[in-house]
Amino acid sequence: MIEARIRKQFPPARESASFLLDVQFRCDAGITVLFGPSGSGKTLTLDAIAGFYRPDKGRIMLDDRILFDSGAKVNLPPQARNCGYVFQNYALFPHMTLRENIEFAAHAIPSLERHRKIKELVEQFQLAEVIGRKPAELSGGQRQRGSIARALIASPRLVLLDEPARGLDAPLRQDLYDILRRVREEYRTPTLLVTHDIDECFALGDDMLVFHEGKIVQEGRPREVLESPASVDVARLLGLYNILPGEILALDPGRKTSRVRVGEYELAGPYFPGHLIGDRVSITIRPEQLRCYPRDGRPGPNQIPATLQHATEKLDAVRLQFEGGLSADVSRAGFAEARNNREWVIEFPAEKLRAI
Amino acid sequence: MPIDWFPLWLSLRVAALSTLIALCAGGWLAFVLANRTFRGKEIVDAAITLPLVLPPTVLGYYLLVLVGRESPLGKLYEIVFGTSLVFTWQAAVVAALLHSAPLLIKSTRAALESVDHTYERAARNLGASEWRLFWLVTLPLARRSIFAATALAFARALGDFGITLMVAGNIPGKTQTVALAIYDAVEGGNGTLARALVLVVSAVALGILYLANQFGPRQVER
Repeated sequence: MIEARIRKQFPPARESASFLLDVQFRCDAGITVLFGPSGSGKTLTLDAIAGFYRPDKGRIMLDDRILFDSGAKVNLPPQARNCGYVFQNYALFPHMTLRENIEFAAHAIPSLERHRKIKELVEQFQLAEVIGRKPAELSGGQRQRGSIARALIASPRLVLLDEPARGLDAPLRQDLYDILRRVREEYRTPTLLVTHDIDECFALGDDMLVFHEGKIVQEGRPREVLESPASVDVARLLGLYNILPGEILALDPGRKTSRVRVGEYELAGPYFPGHLIGDRVSITIRPEQLRCYPRDGRPGPNQIPATLQHATEKLDAVRLQFEGGLSADVSRAGFAEARNNREWVIEFPAEKLRAI
Repeated sequence: MPIDWFPLWLSLRVAALSTLIALCAGGWLAFVLANRTFRGKEIVDAAITLPLVLPPTVLGYYLLVLVGRESPLGKLYEIVFGTSLVFTWQAAVVAALLHSAPLLIKSTRAALESVDHTYERAARNLGASEWRLFWLVTLPLARRSIFAATALAFARALGDFGITLMVAGNIPGKTQTVALAIYDAVEGGNGTLARALVLVVSAVALGILYLANQFGPRQVER
């Protein structure tokens, strides 16, 4: 279990404005994803836990050990923290072979056990054949596995992964996810994983922390966060939502319905608990929840007319982007029939609307 | 007339010894400058750079004041070794050291600082003590640049003239290094000796510079 409260003011530097990191969280076993855009403080959070800099204030506990406590003036050096850090660029020592890299990390283990452990890990990570090579002679995937093996050899109490899938192509990414899932099952070490890739969040995350400008703006299971973003910021960060400004015109808790005005149109929606009539809200809905039809006369109930800007092929659908910023998915067959059509209507299924 | 090679051997010996001292003491200084933060650090760095720009006579004068027979350091040396330091070949070593160490310290500091900090973080994260970190990670990663800096420092130590003249004198067969011998040969009209020494010194320096380039940081190893 890792429990952290970290506050650090970074002064403005040559190429960056001043930055305040102020986060507090607690994670148990499993993979916790630190999700957010670049520069939101995710890696700085890992670095604080690993002990690479000293926070101004706060407290970091790993299981029953205090790694840092500004009040009690405790600040363990990185060497004593027992966190396995997997760096973004792997950071395998370039002048050592893979074996030497792993042995470097296994220095403190008694030699009999060390050999057994190295052998075990090397087999588990399919590195036996390349163990004698230097990092420059390894493929991206082998380097990745090597750096994870090196981080795990000393049995860390916490694993820190900084964008581990960065720079890997799709098949290698899947291999990496498999490895990380296996590590989760076998070692049961709490793991913090930094990413700005929402798919990675869902592929690996047991929990997620959403970072925005040095703060954690939402936490929870990835599914929950996706279904109900706590704020417009979170919805925007997830990058999965259409966000429309709206005004609540009517609320009916009995029938569990509502009416909202979006631009010049009125839409039926579900009951929005916690909101009042007249509230200005942000209506969020995901592109795949919308339905689109070629425009044919006046828009029907819960439909808004829109002009198509461009269409992008996706794996299983076509994403239509409309003037005004709305996007919606339509099946490939549906799009094929109306390929040259510019004027569309977008239908908002009433029960899918959310208000923030 | 046979050519007297003594000045060349003396110069090589003096340069080798001064480079060795510069590497040990200067290397430590460079490490401190690269890794520690303390007040006045950049002033220390500037003071170390000073010998690169001051006239040799100024440096020679400072040395005479510092280790001359009347100075406390000079007296201490006399008590320990039984003889005065000035006008001995050991004084030539000190002169060469002053001439070449600044270059070595500055380059070594730059070499140590240019090692990607991620590797040092990784080493600490993997539980390595600062000692292990230095000997197994930082030093091997910086070794090419340090090698090149050492070679340059050796070449520079080989060529000192002014400081040596002031503190070690120009005693043939005792403290006359190759630079001084060439001066004497030209002054005394001994063209053969001057030509021979000039050619050999140039060739040695060229060889060392070539070596330095060979060992210089060729590419970023990743």
